[in-house]
Amino acid sequence: MKDNEARQVGRQIPITSDLDIVEARMAARTLAAKIGFTGANLVMIATAVSEVARNIVEYAKPGEVILSVIENGPRRGLEVVARDNGPGIPDVAQAMVDGYSTSRGLGLGLPGSRRLMDEFYVDSKAGKGTTVTMRKWVPEK
Amino acid sequence: MRVPILKQGDYVIASIQSALTDDDLIQLRDDLAAHVGKYRSKGVIVDVTVLDVMDSFATRTVRDLAQMVRLRGARTVIVGIQPEVAFAMVQLGLELGSVATALDLEEALALLRYEGQ
Repeated sequence: MKDNEARQVGRQIPITSDLDIVEARMAARTLAAKIGFTGANLVMIATAVSEVARNIVEYAKPGEVILSVIENGPRRGLEVVARDNGPGIPDVAQAMVDGYSTSRGLGLGLPGSRRLMDEFYVDSKAGKGTTVTMRKWVPEK
Repeated sequence: MRVPILKQGDYVIASIQSALTDDDLIQLRDDLAAHVGKYRSKGVIVDVTVLDVMDSFATRTVRDLAQMVRLRGARTVIVGIQPEVAFAMVQLGLELGSVATALDLEEALALLRYEGQ
């Protein structure tokens, strides 16, 4: 987070089951629409949130998804933080490669979500959990 | 929420009414595979018009569904994928493989009738 950015937390959603995945993506979509995202951007945000929330349910529940409105000068954006205290990702670089999966997934969750958002960071330590932070900025008119 | 499945002649139509959880999607897949046997259906149409997200799990489940239905001797057509959803799916790297798609119910029925000839 840069010094000139401001953040206001919008929603915090506990993630324990597949029901919460739906809740998280709906909340993300609602908040994104409120700050000016439209059309395909709303779907991309909801899809990325769905992927990171599912990672928590499949590998590391319980966890949480925190949605915040961020500002950098005149620009507004949505920040999604997906956090858990699970086993962590042993090899983050490998997990970011298309098609890599240790579960029943397609292995597109993390690399795919990165393509859907503007910024994407993974912080993970074995045994200490994972925090995925992703951001998308409202396109300038 | 369970997806209602309607029988229409040789076909069954599953019309998704609201956002679905992973478990709902798996239930739909299994229900459709069972219906095809019960009604000796030749085709299955899944209407996903209301879905505002097709993530990796939904896409894989739809692909599995179509494969299971095929193994039971019928065809599957997915209808109503919204343009924004299609865009996000492509960005995410998702594909439906050989699963047939159509814009709407009418086209899906026409496709199944054509293939059934």
